[in-house]
Amino acid sequence: MSLSVAIRHSFGNVTVDAAFDAPEGVTALFGRSGAGKTTVANAVAGLLRPQSGRIVLQGRVLLDSGRGVNLPPHHRRIGYVFQEGRLFPHLSVRGNLAYPGRFAGRRPPAAEFDRVVGMLGIGDLLDRQPQRLSGGEKQRVAIGRALLSAPEALLMDEPLAALDAARKEEILPYLEALRDEARIPILYVSHAMDEVARLATTLVLMSGGRVLRAGPAAELLADPELAPMIGLRDAGALLSGRLTRHHPDGLSEVAVSGGPLFLPHVAADPGTALRIRIEAQDIILSRNRPEGLSALNILPATVTAVHSGEGPGVMIQLRTGDEMLLARLTRRSAEALALVPGTPCHAVVKSVAVARGNVGRAKND
Amino acid sequence: MTGLLGPEEWQAVALSLRVAFWATLLSLPPGIAVAVALARGRFPGRQLLNVLVHLPLVLPPVVTGYLLLLTFGRRGPAGAFLADTFGIVLAFRWTGAALAAAIMGFPLMVRAIRLAVEAVDSRLEEASATLGASPLRVFLTVTLPLILPGVLAGAILSFAKAMGEFGATITFVSNIPGETQTLPSAIYAFLQVPGGESAALRLVLISIAIAMLALVASEYLSRAVARRIGAV
Repeated sequence: MSLSVAIRHSFGNVTVDAAFDAPEGVTALFGRSGAGKTTVANAVAGLLRPQSGRIVLQGRVLLDSGRGVNLPPHHRRIGYVFQEGRLFPHLSVRGNLAYPGRFAGRRPPAAEFDRVVGMLGIGDLLDRQPQRLSGGEKQRVAIGRALLSAPEALLMDEPLAALDAARKEEILPYLEALRDEARIPILYVSHAMDEVARLATTLVLMSGGRVLRAGPAAELLADPELAPMIGLRDAGALLSGRLTRHHPDGLSEVAVSGGPLFLPHVAADPGTALRIRIEAQDIILSRNRPEGLSALNILPATVTAVHSGEGPGVMIQLRTGDEMLLARLTRRSAEALALVPGTPCHAVVKSVAVARGNVGRAKND
Repeated sequence: MTGLLGPEEWQAVALSLRVAFWATLLSLPPGIAVAVALARGRFPGRQLLNVLVHLPLVLPPVVTGYLLLLTFGRRGPAGAFLADTFGIVLAFRWTGAALAAAIMGFPLMVRAIRLAVEAVDSRLEEASATLGASPLRVFLTVTLPLILPGVLAGAILSFAKAMGEFGATITFVSNIPGETQTLPSAIYAFLQVPGGESAALRLVLISIAIAMLALVASEYLSRAVARRIGAV
């Protein structure tokens, strides 16, 4: 199950020339506005015909400009969740969800309707009109409608961009569940690193219409050389762990390969697999194991790479256990600590520095 | 009603309603098609089509009526063809009055529907296509429901125009009581004879009543439809 994309399209003085593979799970197309992400998404959906390219979904050729193949959108079987929802105003929520079922070959089994409605928590909204829904409710209905079109791949173009932080947090768990349960490729377009770090299993970094790098999300996010493209303030690596227990003082303990991690309360049951994004700017490095420090998380680590750019900062990549961390320090500190690859040190993370939005669920093995 | 109006007057009212009804109903499908083509189409001759559709609005109605007579009269090319092939005769028949009314009302209908088509968010149509709808189904399940208020407004305008059409009708199909004498033609005829003022006045009042009723109905209908599709 995978989606393979290679397109080239010029309009005005912009050229989008991108190629990548999206396996099962969430493939995030990440880049600034104007990086060509939406052009790629529209080409995949068939809403835009690129000047040349080849798009193959599960072995089915959707576009092959060399052979003159270009399936129209209604034959592509790609569910598209748009930034603005695009619910049909003349239909109720139920009518919107049932809409794809009107077309031959798109009718989902009856149980699927109930399953999707249950998974997205929209059972109480069925008889409402779209204009009476909140932004978050609209997006959940839009996701449900796309899922009920029997898609072989899902496209999501900034589905959370129009929502405030609370509404985003309301939808992210549904998207995590979708990622871990749907057995189809999900192409997720975004310029928000917090969403990408939460959801992506594969990451495609785009800039100026080109793919800078593509690969497993955890690997790319831990690459200090990519940090400037991701944005220094947004850089941060992912740790995977398992919730071990809740402490009475409100902290939750998570076992990661580098040691125990104490985080503000995580609303999940012990045993739940988690992925935690530790932002590079939230890490303090110490050569010796610090004592008399208020920070609760001290992970033993080894420097694996030091990347300095133009500015006064450096990005340090560390190994802790069998995972990677990124830490952003000043050049002055890095020199004072004599940090070079191989240097043993300790990574210090304040518990409260790990925002709730940076802790997400991962697939339970 | 028959006590209120003389048989000849009653005949004119009924004929006008019949002419306007058929003129509106039969011009709806081409009206929608032309409105969509003008709003969305990118084809050579689009400007020419636009001009042709709007011509009856600016030409003197007498000219339109005369052109109809030349084309659809017994000896006209289209008239001879229709008469010989289908046995359909338009000249000096109520069907001809309906054709004249339809053509005079057509620009108004197309304008109203075209505005509605232009207001449709094409992103909804894209969404519909990604959900499995072919272009025809996109039109039937998304575009058409969304332009319904415009279609209704266009139909009402066309109906009102058909009720009032005079110049092209009288030129094309004359003023034959019972066959082509519509309300305006009847009022005109009554005003030509001494002592006809009171009959003319009654028909004038009927005209006003029908016009007001149509306006109220259109207002009510378009509000109901707008509510249904969530425009308010």
